[in-house]
Amino acid sequence: MGGMLDGWQIALASACYLGLLFAIAFHADRRAAAGASLIGHPAIYALSLAVYASSWTFYGSVGRAAVDGIGFFPVYLGPTLMAALWWIVLRKMIAVSKANRITSIADFIASRYGKSALLGGLATLVAVVGIVPYIALQLKAVSSSLALLQSFPGPLPPTGPVWSDAGLHVALLLAAFTILFGARHLDAAERHEGMVAAVAFESVVKLCAFLAVGLYVGYGMYDGLGALFARAAEQPALQALTRPGAGASQGGWAWLTLLSMLSILLLPRQFQIAVVENVSVRHVRCASWLLPLYLLAINLFVLPIAFAGLMRFPDAHANADLFVLTLPLAGHQPALALLVFIGGLSAATGMVIVETTALSTMVCNDLAMPLLLRLGFFRLAARADLSALLLRIRRMAIVALMSLGYVYSRAAGEAYALMAIGLISFAAVAQFAPAVLGGLYWRRGNRNGALLGLAAGFLVWLYTLLLPSFARSGWLPASFLDPGPYGQAWLRPYALFGLDGMDPVSHAMFWSMLVNCLAYVGVSLLSRQDAIGQVQAQRFVDPAHGGTSAWGGAAPAEAMLALVGRVLGPAAAQNLRRQHQHASPGMLMHEAEMALAGAMGAASARVMARSVLRKESLAADDMLALLDESVQAIAHSRELEQKSIELERASAELRAANQQLTELDRMKDDFLATVTHELRTPLTSIRAFSEILRDHPDLPAQKRAAYLDIIIRESERLTRLINDVLDLAKLDAGRAEWHAETLDLAQVVRDALEASGQVLRDKAVALEVDLPPAAPPVRADRDRLMQVMLNLLSNAAKFCSPQTGRIAVSLRREGDALQVAVIDNGPGVRPEDRELIFDKFRQGGDTLTGKPQGTGLGLPISRRIVNHFGGRLWLEDAPGGGARFLFTLPLDAAPQTAPTSPLESPP
Amino acid sequence: MGRPGLIAERLVALFAAGWLLLNYPLLALFGRLGTVAGIPALYLYLFVAWALLIAGIALALGRDADDGR
Repeated sequence: MGGMLDGWQIALASACYLGLLFAIAFHADRRAAAGASLIGHPAIYALSLAVYASSWTFYGSVGRAAVDGIGFFPVYLGPTLMAALWWIVLRKMIAVSKANRITSIADFIASRYGKSALLGGLATLVAVVGIVPYIALQLKAVSSSLALLQSFPGPLPPTGPVWSDAGLHVALLLAAFTILFGARHLDAAERHEGMVAAVAFESVVKLCAFLAVGLYVGYGMYDGLGALFARAAEQPALQALTRPGAGASQGGWAWLTLLSMLSILLLPRQFQIAVVENVSVRHVRCASWLLPLYLLAINLFVLPIAFAGLMRFPDAHANADLFVLTLPLAGHQPALALLVFIGGLSAATGMVIVETTALSTMVCNDLAMPLLLRLGFFRLAARADLSALLLRIRRMAIVALMSLGYVYSRAAGEAYALMAIGLISFAAVAQFAPAVLGGLYWRRGNRNGALLGLAAGFLVWLYTLLLPSFARSGWLPASFLDPGPYGQAWLRPYALFGLDGMDPVSHAMFWSMLVNCLAYVGVSLLSRQDAIGQVQAQRFVDPAHGGTSAWGGAAPAEAMLALVGRVLGPAAAQNLRRQHQHASPGMLMHEAEMALAGAMGAASARVMARSVLRKESLAADDMLALLDESVQAIAHSRELEQKSIELERASAELRAANQQLTELDRMKDDFLATVTHELRTPLTSIRAFSEILRDHPDLPAQKRAAYLDIIIRESERLTRLINDVLDLAKLDAGRAEWHAETLDLAQVVRDALEASGQVLRDKAVALEVDLPPAAPPVRADRDRLMQVMLNLLSNAAKFCSPQTGRIAVSLRREGDALQVAVIDNGPGVRPEDRELIFDKFRQGGDTLTGKPQGTGLGLPISRRIVNHFGGRLWLEDAPGGGARFLFTLPLDAAPQTAPTSPLESPP
Repeated sequence: MGRPGLIAERLVALFAAGWLLLNYPLLALFGRLGTVAGIPALYLYLFVAWALLIAGIALALGRDADDGR
């Protein structure tokens, strides 16, 4: 080779360095598993965020400075400005992402806009198309620096065959590393502590290497920076580089600042480190100033190195990208050169590892899984272990992305496409900005708006940045750039609609952001958001008051937990069950869905959850239908509605119960007043006649006997009254004694007629009896039924016409019941009184003037008795005037199954 | 110190100030100054303003900026 460093030295150093990385990552993973995290310090968080500084920074900044002077600054000023807002924006992003178990930037967008699989897929596509060339750039940087290291001071050798290409070996090694530390096992939190620790370490290495070469150039090659700049000032070409650019580049400065601001937030690797791998939201505070400080430090010597390089190699502009390495080599500092190479390797590998992990998660969760689910590729029931499948997809994605990057770097060679790709990638992920930032702060931003905005912005980016870069690399005809496609000048990609005078990146940013924002805002304002979109918007914009879940009370949480067990392992499902012991099924379902979302993305988890809801794996069409989430959220709102209705009903019931209580209280007072009155009447007459007997001992014997008769009759009435009151009180309190037996109702009626024979004969009442010889049995208390019959008969006797009194008693079967009727030919009861007479102490006619003829408790008692045996007692009009009392008793339902006569059961 | 609302407002003000200080036309102004102590004025200014911005962020988020609330 002829270089000053032997191949084996370089290989050994690289191998040792990569081995060290593996060891650090392995150690950090072990510590994480043991619960003693190595990355719990905010400085580690800030250092890992410095993955922003890729080899595009390490080598490319100097290259850019050699051409553009201070033009590299905005790429690092932007992140500093954004860091000022981190405490506001990033903290919210982290909080929302943790609450929703977001796994990537695409997942974030999909989840925010109603867990839309389509949006997640589109975001993944944008990221992959935008970032793969960026990965290619890193691989290219490694192989170029390696080639330079081996060949210096000779010319760079032509690219060798694929198998001897160091870029390929590096790609393979990185793929192995990424699989080992980025996709070794499935984690619900999607965190990779080993990877973070390794990346933080790499940030230290690349900073040290860059500062070392800067110090060497500034104080080894020259006597301090002042001397260096003084020498540079002698050359007008270099002098110009310290001056502000022309008008176009001044506008470009602001655009570039904005672009980098968005990139530090939205690049998949930045999102992965800043949000997904974040240990504690507190770390944001420290990182907000530590990361900008890091970026400042790594840029301190960029311009001096560029100047030194330009002065040392006046004709080597083409290789300004490698000045960082060439200068130590030219100064015969092999050790420093090796350190710089390792620093560049750090910058490249850190970026590739994190970016590939983030992209593979996106490809798996937001592209592959939804597609597989859509195509009905696998049925839930048929797959015992889903985690293996998920991991396989992820590993395949890592290998595929790495291969894609390598192939791109081989194909591109020294082409323009590779060198410009840094900013082109930034512009691609900047298309996420309206959807992400709008989604965090603007509730009305909806799925359609995000979808259209992202798609339109991406297409404009494709047309104004990516395709032109292909044209400049010779992959497309140069006429695409000028005079424009089909010779249409207004279609020129660098001057769309004749808008010239801007640099390509600013021009592309202007047009893509214009259509992106217009479509996002416009469509969001013009179209309606579905229910699940509203729920998610609330959860993202106002996390403190966000709705929790759209799952109803009848969610199949157990089935869902079983699914969690299959994806994340039974322990995870057990944990979940233990943590949410008292949660409703809907809440448990939500937690389980969140756990799944952490492993496979929000959209896929939602599809899985919905399929569990349908109890089994689904055909493709059903899956498509499932992607429409509105049904579930509508059910949620309906449930809420139902709850409020239930509440209303309960309060109405309470009101009614209260009213009833008041009524009962009033009735009790009435009852007491009436009882007192009813007791006083006989007592008064007993007392009055007793006083007469005492005060007039000379009363004739006949009168005395008559008065004594009255006293006895009134005493009997008093006794009867007290008995009835007690009886009723017992019945009302449910303390009455019942002796239910199977009996023949016809016999009871006959007995009652016989018992009241004397009363009826006294009143000369004609009796018509219509009884069957034997009736089907009923189950009742014989004495109580006698009481009812006697009461009805005495009532009838009391009210029937004095001279031509007639009472008819009949017994008939009516369906499943026996009906007894007692009819008299008295005055009858006015229709409005027909229910009143069943109230306590209410009697037919005027109770105030007419002489009371009963206690007024007979009918209420009778009704309670009949009701007790499942029957009914009521009053109807008799055909020829008069009253007709009817009562029914249900037939004994199972007379044959009486336990005493099992032998009589029918064969 | 410590009121989240106040911190947020300070940070937004810092952001706005940083955007204006680290952008044209102010940069053009420094571009005309030549060198300061042998170092190009614009180059020096960029780093100084940048460092001041970082210091401002660190101060605004001082030790007792409460993240918990």
